[in-house]
Amino acid sequence: MSLSNASPESPASPPSPAEGNDTTVVSLPGDSNNGFSDSAPSDTVVSLSGVSVSYGSNLVLRDVTLSFAAGRITALLGANGAGKSTLIKALSGANPRYSGTIEVGGAVVALSSPTVARGHGISAVHQKVADGIVPGLTVAENVLLDDLAGSRHPLRNRRRDLVDARAALAVLGLEWSDRVLRADAGDLRISDAQLLILARALRSRPRLLILDEPTSALTSAESDRLFEVLRALRADGLAIVYVSHRFGEIEALADSAVVLRDGVVQSHSERPFVWNGILHDMLGRATELTHQRAQSDRGATTVAEVSAVTLLAESAPVSLAIRGGEVLGILGLIGAGKTELAEILAGLAKPRAGAPAGALAGAPAGTLTLGGEPYAPRRPWDAIRAGVVLVPEDRQRQGILPGWSVMHNISLPFLRASSRLGTLRSSRESTRASEVVSALDVVTENLNTPIDDLSGGNQQKVVVGRWLSAEPRLAILDEPFRGVDIAARREIGARLTTLVRTGAAAVVLSSDVDEIVEVSDRIIVLVAGSIALDGYADELDRSTIVEAFLGETAGNASPRDGAPGETEPRDIPQHPPLVNGPRL
Amino acid sequence: MTIPPVTTSRKTVGASGLTGLTRSSFGDRAAAGVVRWGFVAVTILLVAFFAFTEPNFRTVDNLFGMLKFIAPTAIAGLGVMMAMTVGGIDLSVGASAGFAVSIAAWTMVIGNQVGGVAIIVVLVCGLLIGALNALLIVVARIPDLLATLTTMFVIVGLKLLIVDGKSISSKMSLADGSTAPGSFTADFLWLDRGSIGPVPVPVVLFLAITALLWFLLERTRWGRALYAVGANAEAARLAGVRVQLYRTFAYMACGLLASIAGLLLGARIGQGDVSAGNSLLLDAVAVSLVGVSVLGIGRPNAWGTALGAVLIAVMVTGFTMIGLPYYAQDFGKGIVLLVALLFSFTFSRRRTVVVAGSHTN
Repeated sequence: MSLSNASPESPASPPSPAEGNDTTVVSLPGDSNNGFSDSAPSDTVVSLSGVSVSYGSNLVLRDVTLSFAAGRITALLGANGAGKSTLIKALSGANPRYSGTIEVGGAVVALSSPTVARGHGISAVHQKVADGIVPGLTVAENVLLDDLAGSRHPLRNRRRDLVDARAALAVLGLEWSDRVLRADAGDLRISDAQLLILARALRSRPRLLILDEPTSALTSAESDRLFEVLRALRADGLAIVYVSHRFGEIEALADSAVVLRDGVVQSHSERPFVWNGILHDMLGRATELTHQRAQSDRGATTVAEVSAVTLLAESAPVSLAIRGGEVLGILGLIGAGKTELAEILAGLAKPRAGAPAGALAGAPAGTLTLGGEPYAPRRPWDAIRAGVVLVPEDRQRQGILPGWSVMHNISLPFLRASSRLGTLRSSRESTRASEVVSALDVVTENLNTPIDDLSGGNQQKVVVGRWLSAEPRLAILDEPFRGVDIAARREIGARLTTLVRTGAAAVVLSSDVDEIVEVSDRIIVLVAGSIALDGYADELDRSTIVEAFLGETAGNASPRDGAPGETEPRDIPQHPPLVNGPRL
Repeated sequence: MTIPPVTTSRKTVGASGLTGLTRSSFGDRAAAGVVRWGFVAVTILLVAFFAFTEPNFRTVDNLFGMLKFIAPTAIAGLGVMMAMTVGGIDLSVGASAGFAVSIAAWTMVIGNQVGGVAIIVVLVCGLLIGALNALLIVVARIPDLLATLTTMFVIVGLKLLIVDGKSISSKMSLADGSTAPGSFTADFLWLDRGSIGPVPVPVVLFLAITALLWFLLERTRWGRALYAVGANAEAARLAGVRVQLYRTFAYMACGLLASIAGLLLGARIGQGDVSAGNSLLLDAVAVSLVGVSVLGIGRPNAWGTALGAVLIAVMVTGFTMIGLPYYAQDFGKGIVLLVALLFSFTFSRRRTVVVAGSHTN
């Protein structure tokens, strides 16, 4: 969950078990002045009645009847595979093969394509930012992409494009320089790309805006900015459908919440939200909302040691000991050095040469040890052989092999162990695969099902389970819960606990406080490449963690300065490009 | 092994259930069957048709003749297939084969060496060409299409420089008026004319290489790693696969196979024809693309490629026997390729078909 607009003390987050039981009602202090609509829906913009969608013989959306009113934000909740995406696709014209009726402004419409849907005033921002950006075109051209695709202005004028793009971005309060507007959109950092797509969606002056997990790529400061924009849009009378796994965001934003499960609307509730009830509706069973550890395990032996490693160009060297027997959660914003640390440990990147000041020849580059021995992996294979595994950040791009079966996805790192004299033994592969599937309760038809047919959370379970089946000495999980529902998250967390009880070490890196608090025994907060906090979870206060996490940003006037080295005029960042792979 | 059951009842799918999984309607299965067996069926029908209309077609000699005729194309196609397994393509196979033809002739005729030496020289050249491609693609990071296109020109040009732009034949007269010292030796010509038992050598090579590559790709961990590189190079790298090593291997294997194809061509022609191999590239790429689609496998594979080659051989032979002009062959090949691509991309339910050029570095 992101921090949303909550100050560290305010429980924008769900209640802790101490105060929460089945009837706990959470509400933000000062509900009334937060701008939530106080009346029942009056001005219906879009309504669905009896909408169903089936893929093949499988009914994935069943008889959905809903309406969305102007000036209200409706949250759409559900576990992975509940039908949220399917509903959004039908609404945004991406899947014209729905049955039932959709009315816009009281008139029945056939949403046969995204263009038609836009024509009726329904705009959608889909979850994958990269899919919404055309690299190679400039930022301005990307903002105006719908014009380019249409035939209204067959001749383009670069100067006019800049003016139009600026106007579109101004709706979001963005003032990007001409240099940025003329730059390749593929070089935008992901959060800026997200805002670009939003600006584009708003250009057609929609009446209903659909946002599918818009914050999954944003830092919490950037999320806050987005929320301000959304509140302003709501005040202007826009109807917004907001899909998220993060309860904190919904608590901060939404006027009402619709819960889908197995393609059926389970509940449609108004603020104030009863979170335990919502969770029950989502999962179909009673589940505790938060999962705080009564006590943290303490590791005895040092498995890996990082000494004087510089994570970011400008930051001071970091040293830390990763101990076996405990789950170490590393919390940090995007750009705080988490991924750098993971990559160095997993052999994807070498430690940087020493701090800039001492960057003379022979300056120590920082060293790693593993089990007391020097450890300098030059490639992932070295790390894997040494017992260090990495669950990478981007499942689609770095984790799974599309079109391959669940079994072959699981066995890929273990081809040597699965073969004799180079010849693969499918019995060995299937033994490992079925162990993984049952250990993490992966929902799959069988081991030969293509991994693409699994829901996102189950794909993630396959990737996590694959690596944990290596019986690693050190498991590193970079943002393992992105796009993963709460049930899958619990299962992965439980599996990690099992792993560390065997003496191994696990490191979870995340930019989400609640994820870290939930799974970690020990918590390190990383700010701008340095350790801001290091302690055991049962000795730390949530607010202490949040304070350290926000660091300087908490008191800063400009809310988006989470990452270091950012300068205020939004410049083309030196961040990893959006679409190209990392260095090989 | 406890895999949670997934049935069509929505209840058991559960909270973290999956969508769009149950697809067992008759129509779907029939469509899958057509995609899977359609090509085999077409081949069988074609064979049956020609066998009924042309008595000469249904002889063992003709069977071996057809396979022998197609062997160089098939082997070069298997080379392209190897490049395709790692998600690449090699456009230099035709040039490599032509280079092999001329270099073999040059070694024997001008260099006065025995066939065995020529074969070794040619195979080494093939490996070097593959290494050059790998260097350009893996190290210099030039996209595979462009890199191998460049290599194609370089090799053809180099060949012409070496042989002074001329075809080399046994005992030819040289520029200084003397006669070339060597000739195509019997052991080299055995590559085309010899047979092992009743089976011609090119056919043995064709089938043996196909079987070997099938085993490599489908049954060994190295084959799995090759496919992994083609499916998602980044994920493969993070899973500990030495991606660059496998890509280098694939291109070198391709160069080697192309030069074997060239050896067979050279032995068939019996001279170092400078134009040999010119038409090989398109046939080889076509055959490997057909290979992707047959049997509904959806990725490059050895038996599919071989079957694609056989289909083209049947068609060409049959067309010739029933008296169609030679220039009808290209039309026939085009239709075969079109149908193959429709099966791979249009009718197949697969979302991802791993085909050439789909990724560069």
